[in-house]
Amino acid sequence: MKHLLSTEDLSSDQAIALLDLADEMALVNEREVKKLPTLRGKTVVNLFFEDSTRTRVSFELAAKRLSADLINFSAKGSSVSKGESLKDTALTLAAGGVDAFVIRHSASGAPFNLAHNGWTNVPVVNAGDGTHEHPTQALLDAMTMRQRLHGMANTRGKNLDGVRVAIVGDILHSRVARSNLHLLKTLGADVTLVAPPTLMPRTEEFAASHSFDFDEVLAQPLDVVMMLRVQSERMNAAFFSNEREYSRNWGLTSERFEKLSSETVIMHPGPMNRGLEICSEAADSPQSAIVQQVANGISVRMAVLYSLISGEHND
Amino acid sequence: MTNFVLQNATLPNGTVCDIRIDSGIIVEMGSGLSADEVTDCSGLQVLPGLVDLHTHLREPGFEQSETVLTGTQSAALGGFTAVHAMANTMPVADNAGVVEQVRALGERAGFAEVFPIGAVTVALEGKQLSEIGAMANSAANVRVFSDDGKCVSDPLIMRRALEYVKGFDGVIAQHAQEPRLTEGAQMNEGAVSAKLGLTGWPAVAEESIIARDVLLAEHVGARLHICHLSTAGSVEIIRQAKARGVAVTAEVTPHHLLMTEDLVTSYNAVYKVNPPLRTNEDVLALRAALVDGTIDIIATDHAPHPIEAKDCEWSAAAFGMVGLETAASVAQLVLIESAESTWQRVADVLSHAPARIGQDPNQGQAIEVGSTANIAVIDPSVTRTIEAKTASKSVNNPYSGLKLPGAVVHTIFRGRFTVRDSALVLGGAR
Repeated sequence: MKHLLSTEDLSSDQAIALLDLADEMALVNEREVKKLPTLRGKTVVNLFFEDSTRTRVSFELAAKRLSADLINFSAKGSSVSKGESLKDTALTLAAGGVDAFVIRHSASGAPFNLAHNGWTNVPVVNAGDGTHEHPTQALLDAMTMRQRLHGMANTRGKNLDGVRVAIVGDILHSRVARSNLHLLKTLGADVTLVAPPTLMPRTEEFAASHSFDFDEVLAQPLDVVMMLRVQSERMNAAFFSNEREYSRNWGLTSERFEKLSSETVIMHPGPMNRGLEICSEAADSPQSAIVQQVANGISVRMAVLYSLISGEHND
Repeated sequence: MTNFVLQNATLPNGTVCDIRIDSGIIVEMGSGLSADEVTDCSGLQVLPGLVDLHTHLREPGFEQSETVLTGTQSAALGGFTAVHAMANTMPVADNAGVVEQVRALGERAGFAEVFPIGAVTVALEGKQLSEIGAMANSAANVRVFSDDGKCVSDPLIMRRALEYVKGFDGVIAQHAQEPRLTEGAQMNEGAVSAKLGLTGWPAVAEESIIARDVLLAEHVGARLHICHLSTAGSVEIIRQAKARGVAVTAEVTPHHLLMTEDLVTSYNAVYKVNPPLRTNEDVLALRAALVDGTIDIIATDHAPHPIEAKDCEWSAAAFGMVGLETAASVAQLVLIESAESTWQRVADVLSHAPARIGQDPNQGQAIEVGSTANIAVIDPSVTRTIEAKTASKSVNNPYSGLKLPGAVVHTIFRGRFTVRDSALVLGGAR
């Protein structure tokens, strides 16, 4: 594994190895001195062409806890706003001696271009590209599911065989949904996608187990329900009529939350629109893993950066 | 050398004979002909000089991508003796001045006849008819009008344009793309776009415009040409319209006959084109339609772009690919190597029919005594590996690395060699 561009590229063994390593990294994050010397002298560039404080900070913490030097490059206030191309930005930064690029970009496939167009030969980590993928999010979600469903002390080597997961929301535009779909399938989970028909890709891969009816899905036993953020721009493009109707039909409202088994884990990649796709009762409940997801994000990104830069786990 | 013989050439109908050319005209056909110079064409296929109804020469305005000179040189190497230059230049070819200039640049270059296509609407904006009459009456004698790259989406403007050009037997070449259904569209809408997270360009956006326009053409009794058909559904609409007697013609590009959306999974923008590469079912339907006559012509939609417009993230990249020097090979692959059709059909789809649609005098004529000597000579027996670099200024070449059948050996334009032994005759036809 030279790059992490898509969870589709991960075999079950590779994914489990990364998750096991992330669990090890989590132990570091619980120490008083939260730092490993493993990537000392290595330089990681955070290339963020899209606003994302959460993911950027998570990668930043991950790199720093591994003792790597980190450069934050964001499109705002940089030469990109003056019209410099992705290629020239990459060439310029790579010329400074870089050991890995972490890239967030609004264009689907931009990390793929960075990795394969011959602009650089260092590892590239996709931190979210357009409406394509967000592989570290899927890894941290899988890590969270393993912890919740198998128990914190009992995660090593485990997959997610038979785990029933519903992913609810704007599947069409969600990079989180795509990455989760690939990874959860690889790990053996049973995934149901729930969305309005306008926000569900009309293809067999996605249609394999989809529903337009959230209540019908909730009536079946579920181990995990993952709510996706509703982007405000969708409301102006006739994907659905308005927020209230969306919430009534596809939101985890308090009524739906009350009917949910207390064993069902509630997840959300954040940031949440409370009251729209998820009610506060659900988000703040003991069965919510939302904060745990954020913490696991750092551990997963440490594992990914370590694996790619140190060259271990390569095959 | 104005007096020469092509010896033992194989005609589109399969007969073998000598062709004597004098002062730009085919003057004699038969056996044992002699002249100042004799070129052995044994085993070679001759075709009437190829005619491209859809070429982007980029001049004026985008000379970093292509010029009339380099574009027509690439055309000559592809066996073409005429190209129709699309109107989306800068300034736009929406007035007599620009079309006359483009026509004159073609004559000066001398590698192929350049027929400028006029814009249907001012600045391709789809709002107001351009000076269609002035372009038709100009020295460029424009007969084909298109806002290619943009769809004439307003049904009233489209109706008026179709009616207006009836006065001089002109034709509107429609780029069929419903704009609202393709906002931000990046590739074919389907399984691959869903997976790649690229905004889909649904087949229905093409088909709904074609369906509307064949009805409009039928209503006003005008000629309509549909550019670059890309879907199986479009083929069906054209087939039904022709059965009803609508005066509609249709083109397909070499790349839509050969390539599918699966190539996009590389995010390599050399495969970004509009309309997008579609599915294998679409490719098969387009091939069948080319064989059975539902589709009238192959047109290249040769669309050169500089490196920086392609070596970037997909959504930032330009649409389009070059294709002048591979079109004949794709035609051979689809019509001949498949054993589905004949060289006569190749001559139809790459020469006779496009010249007829474009109303081109002295192009697309049969190879017979009295015709203007516009001739392409092809060696069908070779297989060549395509290189990215062609005579075009641009290298956005999706055929690079592919093995294709056939090679253009000679191109004769107005009785002179523009290409001899697969190399440009520099100085052109002057």
